Amino acid sequence: MTVEGKIDLLAAPDRRAVPGIGFAWLRRLAPLLESIPAMIGIALILFWVLGAALAPWLAPYPPNASDLKALAHPTPSAAHWLGTDHLGRDILSRVLWGARTVLTVAPIAVLGATAFGSLVGLCAGYYRGWIDLVITRISDIVLSFPVIILYMIILAMYGSSAINIIAVITLTKAPIIARIVRGITLELREREYVAAAKMRGESALYIMLVEILPNARGPLIVEMCLRMGYTIITIGVLGFLGIGLPPPDPDWGGMVKDTYGMMSVWPHMSLIPCAAISSLVIGFNLLSIGLREIGLRD
Amino acid sequence: MTDRETPILEFDGARISFFLRAGEANVIPGLSFAIKPREALGLVGESGCGKSTVALAIMRYLGRAGRLTAGRILFQGRDMAELDAAGLRAVRGRRIAMIYQDPMSSLNPVMTIGRQLMEVPMIHEAIGADEARARALAMLGEVKLPDAAAIFERYPHQLSGGQQQRIVIAMALIARPALLIMDEPTTGLDVTVEAAVLDLVRELRQRHESAILFISHNLGTVAQICDRVGVMYAGELVEEGTVRNVFSAPRHPYTRGLLDCLPTLGRDKHSAALRSIPGQVGSPLARLPGCAFAPRCGFAEPGRCTTAPIAPRELAADHRVQCVRVAELPEWRHPPGDGGDDRGEATGPAALTMRGLGKIYHQSQGVFGGGGRSIAALRDVELVAERGRTLAIVGESGCGKSTLARILSGLQSASAGTVDLDGTAIGDLAIDRRTTALKRRLQMVFQNPDSTLNPSHSVGYAIERALRRLKGLTAAQARRQTGRLLDTVKLSGDFARRRPHQLSGGQKQRVAIARALAGDPEIILADEPVSALDVSVQAAIINLLTEVQAARGATLVFISHDLAVVRYLADSVAVMYLGHVVEFGPAAAIFAPPWHPYTEALLSAVPEPDPDARRDRIVLDGAPPSAAAIQRGCPFATRCPRKIGAICDDTPPPEQLIAGTHRIACHIPAAELVALQEAGPPSARPASTEPVDRVLAS
Amino acid sequence: MARFFLKHLLFLCLTLLVVSFIVFVLTEFTPGDVARKVLGAYATQEQVALLTTKMGLDRPVLVRYVEYVDHLAHGDLGYSTRFKVPVKDIIFDRLANTGMLAAIAFAIIVPLSMLLGIAAGMRESSRFDRAIMLFSTVTASIPEFAMGVFLASVFVVALGWLPGTATLTGGARWSVAEQLVLPVATIVLFDLGYLVSMIRASMVEVMQRPYIRTAVLKGMPFRQVIVGHALRNAMINPVTVMLLQINYLITGVVVVETVFAYPGFGRMMLEAALYKDIALIEVGALVAVFVAVLTQILGDLGYMMLDPRIRG
Repeated sequence: MTVEGKIDLLAAPDRRAVPGIGFAWLRRLAPLLESIPAMIGIALILFWVLGAALAPWLAPYPPNASDLKALAHPTPSAAHWLGTDHLGRDILSRVLWGARTVLTVAPIAVLGATAFGSLVGLCAGYYRGWIDLVITRISDIVLSFPVIILYMIILAMYGSSAINIIAVITLTKAPIIARIVRGITLELREREYVAAAKMRGESALYIMLVEILPNARGPLIVEMCLRMGYTIITIGVLGFLGIGLPPPDPDWGGMVKDTYGMMSVWPHMSLIPCAAISSLVIGFNLLSIGLREIGLRD
Repeated sequence: MTDRETPILEFDGARISFFLRAGEANVIPGLSFAIKPREALGLVGESGCGKSTVALAIMRYLGRAGRLTAGRILFQGRDMAELDAAGLRAVRGRRIAMIYQDPMSSLNPVMTIGRQLMEVPMIHEAIGADEARARALAMLGEVKLPDAAAIFERYPHQLSGGQQQRIVIAMALIARPALLIMDEPTTGLDVTVEAAVLDLVRELRQRHESAILFISHNLGTVAQICDRVGVMYAGELVEEGTVRNVFSAPRHPYTRGLLDCLPTLGRDKHSAALRSIPGQVGSPLARLPGCAFAPRCGFAEPGRCTTAPIAPRELAADHRVQCVRVAELPEWRHPPGDGGDDRGEATGPAALTMRGLGKIYHQSQGVFGGGGRSIAALRDVELVAERGRTLAIVGESGCGKSTLARILSGLQSASAGTVDLDGTAIGDLAIDRRTTALKRRLQMVFQNPDSTLNPSHSVGYAIERALRRLKGLTAAQARRQTGRLLDTVKLSGDFARRRPHQLSGGQKQRVAIARALAGDPEIILADEPVSALDVSVQAAIINLLTEVQAARGATLVFISHDLAVVRYLADSVAVMYLGHVVEFGPAAAIFAPPWHPYTEALLSAVPEPDPDARRDRIVLDGAPPSAAAIQRGCPFATRCPRKIGAICDDTPPPEQLIAGTHRIACHIPAAELVALQEAGPPSARPASTEPVDRVLAS
Repeated sequence: MARFFLKHLLFLCLTLLVVSFIVFVLTEFTPGDVARKVLGAYATQEQVALLTTKMGLDRPVLVRYVEYVDHLAHGDLGYSTRFKVPVKDIIFDRLANTGMLAAIAFAIIVPLSMLLGIAAGMRESSRFDRAIMLFSTVTASIPEFAMGVFLASVFVVALGWLPGTATLTGGARWSVAEQLVLPVATIVLFDLGYLVSMIRASMVEVMQRPYIRTAVLKGMPFRQVIVGHALRNAMINPVTVMLLQINYLITGVVVVETVFAYPGFGRMMLEAALYKDIALIEVGALVAVFVAVLTQILGDLGYMMLDPRIRG
């Protein structure tokens, strides 16, 4: 055994070692258990994920079926735990199915924005020069453009389908990710291990994807969590403005839009979907705070 | 100074711990020492020994996690822990002042220098703005900053490192403190700038009568300033005494180890190998019951040394050592110096030849590149590295050595001139245009162990990847070869599975060397490979490099700012200043007169831990001029203490061949230079005629 | 300094040109639609084709674009098919309404966010800090429409203290001020969450810097450390972000406007988009981009003035 190997036993114990858990990455997430915001956030998210996944079995009624009997008394009752809306549709079922919509569209959009934005940010930060200039200016233009207006124009003119919504959200969120990744790339490209990679002839693509990107995963994961929250808000807003997914598919924002005018008489119709969307976003934001806390503690 | 005088500062069995998630990190188990008024005590130790914690503990600035769990810290006889908030504020900055390691980040970037200075007396002495301003201006004069009125309105980022440190010193002294704590004040400064700052500290010390606690990992700087010195290891004071006693006759094995592994200007590799201290410091989370140094000590006896805490023993006159075996240890001798280097003047075949090498950077301003400046990082560099030998390139920041490294490695291309690698011209071949065979021939070891390895990759992956890219091995072959390479750098095989964050600085550098050796390079380019390491680890890595080089017959191009290391390692040396090679030749010739005036100043500025070696130091004025300024004559003309006249400013100096390959670029004829330098260092310093602006680095 | 303005002015013009062209192409891409819109759904194909030619809609896009820019330059902003008035009669009105809302909200948000953010970041992990962080997370997570609904359900339905809409018309029952309370409150709460967490983060980072340690070890009282040293450094980033909020306040509050039926710019744009009112969309987009780039310039200016390192 070499000198170094023997003496190494005196080195500081791995702070993050948790006995009994096998996988290395799980071990690294263990500190999350100590973070209260993270735990509350995960609880909220899991609640809705399960609700969305199991909607077909959990929802007591089909989401678009009108119960004419309930029209006179739409407030919560034994038959309809959360009451019905102005068309007699069961709110609990609609909320669960609405979760499905949101939790399908949002992650795809965020993943798309992350993938696209990361690639763009990597290129801008690594190559610099005119590539960087062009990319930065374009993303500045996209970022400076008020997104609501953009949504309105594109979706109103070209119709709002799931694809369109995902595309437009990806386009508008990508520059934010690109900016973050660009900043990290600018810093990391000066590192000596990048120089060492160049000296053994690695291609630019390898350096960007294998040497630089893995070291950006901390901030990226936190950002992705944040983006999930904002994307869910965006989807809700689109639905509320009437340019979200077309009816009759339940969409939390759309549910509010249809019913907030009746707030003075039947507040529950709009309050419940509002609470739903708020709780889900709070969950993601709390999780991102928890993740950032762990990152800082290291 | 009577013995009954109350010490200005006293640590009485102080025990300091930091309470982390992982447990209690007992950084300082029990520290006792005292500083008398007007005395200067140095605290030396390597990283992790707790010396900075000592400084912050005095000021009661340990943060939320740190606490003094036992013992007392007394300032002027009063227990610091008993002070309330107002009392603490009255002491900080006024009676105890601190000088920090990184002056740039210790100064508020959005506040003018003047205001930051004025704050101190205004807070403590309740004087008005006008009087504070006058005091501040006077202080700027005392720290020898020219053009004080102009600096008053400047912001920190507009000053050079040396100037910033002077500001921090001014801020500390302006309230006339009784105790001055200096925490690594010259680390990070160039050697000549460091010499000037140390000079200033000595002068100010005499004028201000403050006691000084001088903390440093550099034994040489401590020897320059302090009367007494304490050696710290793992939070304990293992030896304490006068500078003379401790450095000329060390008694503790650790002190001896430190001095053994220090390359000094008198040692070279042919006389004796550097002795390193094996192993690394233990963790404060898991302290050993006995002597903390026992696992690494060659004299440790299990039982006597490892069971109970060691009490300090008082040897003759004020010399305390914390070792049970101190009386049984053999006598210590200074490591042998110049032991007849018989490298001879015969030059071997050239492996790497640089001719007329130049590099110009264009700094553009504005979006469309208007109004740019060109910076000449390298000018007309002409050097030869002999095969199988070591060429060292030495210089301070801004001299161009890093640019040279980047050009040789292909990370940048030269603007002019050629680099010839044994027949192949590589000067204009960027790394991505070199063939794999060519890439294999020249590999590099980098400076910063923390960024030389990708934190997301395992050690094994890093080395295997190099093997597969450079030699085209299969995965299985690469794994086997990785094991062999780890062996070469004295790391056990299971290091391959580890990640960089689990390794110490020295271990990371070893991995970096293993990675560089993957392609069996003919030329190893080492860019400040040991500058970021502790002294004891430095020695081990230097030994490793020489060993590897000898075993493989490789050519080593070693870039450094540390003259002592260069003296030890190099066969031939090039001294660079502002992009020019001002002197080049065999190592023995460079370190003996005649010298280029810059080399002369550089050599005299190196702080040595030998208290007898107090020579007259040449202190250079100001800072190197901006590289963007156009120079017509000698680059050193603005600061040269041996400047002979206008010719130095106007005409480029000729390359004078002294003997063999030794050449100096100076207007003063060689014979005259020899005579002048034998007579001694130049006495009169030429007044700096440059207004502050021109002298500032870009 | 002059170069700074020139550079940014150039960028502004370039952006306006590019964006207006894109919007123009997007909206006028299918000329047939425009003619059909004017004539209604029951017009025959020949009538549509006739009108298309008559309106010159079958000419190449570039030509039409140049003509359009020409019209703009002469002050002819087009005719709104949705509101049945010339664009310039409605757009500036609506802009002014939103401007009023924005101004009031901004006046409240700036001091409040600074106060809370700095107080929280000053003492990291204290109980106050944790409370602020929780508060800001929650308010930033609740979409504006949900916030509006929550506030309305409390103050309008349950308590009846405030009106449920803010149409600014006929102040018979509710004064303008009362009408504005809920919309402003909604905007402020939502934006506050984001700004407070940002200012707090910036403050926390600054408090860990070595120069704060220098100030404390100079013997400076804590309050002076904060005000004299930490504040200016901590506000460099947030100030620019706050200026960018102006952009959001003018063009992004369409949701709040919709909830409270406020006659503002955003709502106008929404209706224009839904109705495919091309002239209004085009001019509205231009105005929005103009505001966006202007605030960006202001942000850059603020950054330059606060940080001497940029001034060089």
